Amino acid sequence: MTLSTPEQPADLLPAAASFLDVRDLRVHFPTEDGLVKSVDGVSFTLEKGRTLGIVGESGSGKSVTSLALLGLHKGSRAQVSGEIWLEGQDLVALPEHEMRELRGTTVSMIFQDPLSALHPFFTVGSQIAEAYRVHHKVSRKEAMERAVEMLKRVGIPQPERRAKDYPHQFSGGMRQRAMIAMSLVCDPALLVADEPTTALDVTVQAQILDLIRDLQEEFGSAVIIITHDLGVVADVADDILVMYGGRRIEYGTVRDVLKQPEHPYTWGLLQSMPDIADDVGRRLDPIPGSPPSLINLPSGCAFHPRCAHKGRVPEGICTIERPELRPVAGTDAHIAACHLTARAKQEIRGAGPNDHRSTP
Amino acid sequence: MSTTQPIREPQAAPAPGGKLLEVTGLTKHFPIKTGVVFQRQIGAVRAVDGIDFSVGAGESLGLVGESGCGKSTTGRLITRLLEPTAGSIVFDGEDITHKPAVKLRQARKNVQMIFQDPYSSLNPRHTVGTIIETPMRLNGIEPPQGLKKRAQELLETVGLNPEHYNRYPSEFSGGQRQRIGIARALALRPKLIVADEPVSALDVSIQAQVVNLLQDLQREFGIAFVFIAHDLAVVRHFSERVAVMYLGRIVEIADRETLYARPRHPYTRALLSAVPEADPDAVERRERIRLTGDVPSPIDPPSGCRFRTRCPKFAQVLSEDERTACMDQEPELTDRAGGNPVACHYPETVELS
Amino acid sequence: MLRYLIRRLLAAAVILLVITVITFFIFYALPSDPALLACGKTCSPSRLTEIKHSLGLDQSFMTQFWEFFKGLFVGRDFGDQSVAIHCSAPCLGVSFQTDTPVLTTLLDDFPADLSLGLGAAVFFLVLGVGLGTVAAVRRGKAADKAAVGLALVGVSVQIYFVGLLLLFLFVDKWQLLPAAGYTPFTDDPAGWLQGLILPWATLVFVYLALYTRLTRSSMLEVFAEDYMRTARAKGLPVGRIVLKHGLRAAITPIITIFGMDVGSLIGGSAVITESVFGINGIGKLAVDSVQNSDLPVILGTTLFAATFVVLANVVVDLVYGLVDPRVRLA
Repeated sequence: MTLSTPEQPADLLPAAASFLDVRDLRVHFPTEDGLVKSVDGVSFTLEKGRTLGIVGESGSGKSVTSLALLGLHKGSRAQVSGEIWLEGQDLVALPEHEMRELRGTTVSMIFQDPLSALHPFFTVGSQIAEAYRVHHKVSRKEAMERAVEMLKRVGIPQPERRAKDYPHQFSGGMRQRAMIAMSLVCDPALLVADEPTTALDVTVQAQILDLIRDLQEEFGSAVIIITHDLGVVADVADDILVMYGGRRIEYGTVRDVLKQPEHPYTWGLLQSMPDIADDVGRRLDPIPGSPPSLINLPSGCAFHPRCAHKGRVPEGICTIERPELRPVAGTDAHIAACHLTARAKQEIRGAGPNDHRSTP
Repeated sequence: MSTTQPIREPQAAPAPGGKLLEVTGLTKHFPIKTGVVFQRQIGAVRAVDGIDFSVGAGESLGLVGESGCGKSTTGRLITRLLEPTAGSIVFDGEDITHKPAVKLRQARKNVQMIFQDPYSSLNPRHTVGTIIETPMRLNGIEPPQGLKKRAQELLETVGLNPEHYNRYPSEFSGGQRQRIGIARALALRPKLIVADEPVSALDVSIQAQVVNLLQDLQREFGIAFVFIAHDLAVVRHFSERVAVMYLGRIVEIADRETLYARPRHPYTRALLSAVPEADPDAVERRERIRLTGDVPSPIDPPSGCRFRTRCPKFAQVLSEDERTACMDQEPELTDRAGGNPVACHYPETVELS
Repeated sequence: MLRYLIRRLLAAAVILLVITVITFFIFYALPSDPALLACGKTCSPSRLTEIKHSLGLDQSFMTQFWEFFKGLFVGRDFGDQSVAIHCSAPCLGVSFQTDTPVLTTLLDDFPADLSLGLGAAVFFLVLGVGLGTVAAVRRGKAADKAAVGLALVGVSVQIYFVGLLLLFLFVDKWQLLPAAGYTPFTDDPAGWLQGLILPWATLVFVYLALYTRLTRSSMLEVFAEDYMRTARAKGLPVGRIVLKHGLRAAITPIITIFGMDVGSLIGGSAVITESVFGINGIGKLAVDSVQNSDLPVILGTTLFAATFVVLANVVVDLVYGLVDPRVRLA
């Protein structure tokens, strides 16, 4: 994320030479029931060597955003607008055949469930080799050697032998490692990981997150990790983008956002998570209601029907006016979209502004 | 239990001095067979391999462990959805281990299950009302206020609109469907609910709603819970006592204060250290124990201590002599040096920071 | 693998035995009297008894079945002093009508069915899978609608209609082809081909519909799979995604149905096509034998067809095991 002056939100900056610069991305799906605005005006930037965590619940638009980064909505009914600048090219405007050249080499992806994301009828090694051969003129044998090398690199024991196995012969964690090996085989500059650890056990999750971090250091690529788990973000990400109803509601460094969340939704997420270290008797404080419908997003602030603090904003502005993303005072690049004044937030937080669990 | 009681009346107390559920040596082996014409058994998947635990009335016991550790199988054995291979299950003073289905009615009424997937565990062709009424119908229960009224009361209890009685499951969100599943489980006023990953398919904000609901039910109606989950933070929040399972065995069992502050089994420590925390400071502060490799096959578990193949202590700390015990002797789940029961020859003693 | 095969073949043998018993019983219990038919119009009671004896019909059901069953393994001798017929193992009996061993007749007629069935199968599989794939890729577009429409026509029309129409157009009206029929390949390869073009076309037209629809729906299901998205995310070109990743997965359910269809086609189920084009195949043999109450031939054709269907089942499962690495044959 680029540093921005406090007066100016990050997305209003002129095109600095960011490695990845997503501007006002919109992905809309026409359906019989109406237009589903899965992603509705999302902007962010990312530099090489950095990790961005995109957080949200189901229907927040986080996965649709990730597919847009690979241009995977091309050829579907989805209406994509906005700009995705990656290494000087706008991926939204790129025709499919040129986008295809970039997939795997410039931007690649890891999916949530590696069992269904790998083809059941081909060996793991051949699938990785195939990903290499699409973009490199090498023989089958050379590609297979490269695949074995990648399997070894992601920590799969006996890679020569395991390359000949089928995905169902791998354990969940090994499969995700193989998936990572496949996504990195062409040395992509940007890696998008969509819920890469959700289907895994905690112990394996920790291994995979370590692996992603190590590989990022080694390859110097940029990583976007899409997740519903704030714990995962805290573990691996540098920046965090919180999405709600297809829009950004809070964006900043992990430390800023998790230590001093500025949006009631982010507070809500943190408070509804049981923590392994807090008071055993603490009652969880869930966000009431459910995520909104993307066809009929609530007016004004999309979060207002679930927000406990809208009463503090005068004249019911929350239900009428959509809050702008505004910079948070005293931070470099922390922005949040909430009508509450800094003072009101201070009051709500009460004592101990640094404790993210101290809201009443 | 009389069916004429109003919903808010507390449950009958269990037999004095006895536990509500007492499980001893519980074992489930799934046979592996081979043969051209006549099948013979050549091995077994030892999903649950001799576990003991008990649950008191109104108590919540958490069962945690990685996938394949046998926690879900244990849940299915307790509810008798699976037939145990060995061991005994005593519920409310009655041995139900091998009781035939016809005689199991009474126990089935008192033990209910909540499933992980709120999508597949509700019949999409039945209305919510029918789904909740079915267990009462099957058990011949006629509430004085009538089935429909009772079903609507239950909907209200779990935080749903009673007017939605005639709707179908597809009209509800994931969290609401899980509430329907809970209402169904409550219909027979059970003494014990086995909840198998009840919140892991739900969004974070919805998870908390359902956990709170279950907690309220536990307190209000004195229902005991066996809470099966892979999320250690949720279990810590919900269960007073926690049992950690590994490869079909319980490796440590303790009340939550002890287990999370002073885990004694190296596996428990590793599990705890892998739980992601949303606090950036905690992430930096934490001791990281990384388990390597995968859980070994339950068909042929390692000799001696089953955890030794992945145990960081075995690999890095123990001397050659000490390791011999790990390889030759399977550690019993007993109190070692005055602490909680732990199945490790060399339990840890240090408190977590 | 070998164990699996042995087990499956043993099971197949048991199934065939059961089919034999059932067929034997049904036709034994039928009211018609083969002896009376064989005897002709001027039949004296003594002659009838004689025929009954020579056909073995005067013996008990169990004895007849045992004789038949034994004959399968050791062969049988039929007839009296005047006409002695030896039927070597595996003996399916001797036709009441022609006095030739049933198996000989079956084997004589079999090449016609094999040519007809296999030839048609190759065409309708290739064309059906191709059309279905195109329809799936161009879902909702003109090509899809055309393929689905064609499939619908194929399902609706009857074989004898298509067959007779083709005969009328190609043979009678335009005289592009000689009269259809079966010429053994070994006698005259060109004649074999010319004679079979129209029967093949007829069968292809009818079966094509099924295979187009099957492939289309199977393909669409596969397109929705996560691994197809992965294939795109790897940067593979569309053609490769569809043909390699898509077709490989979509073809498996089709193999099952294809195996069964081929099995029953070469086992004689193309009876209408045979009769429209005047091909002497097993289907026609079966129909004739029923009309004549020729019990041995009925039994023989039934068993023959059943054998192919049962074997096709085994083959399909074996192929499935080869195609899908997740399937373990044990």
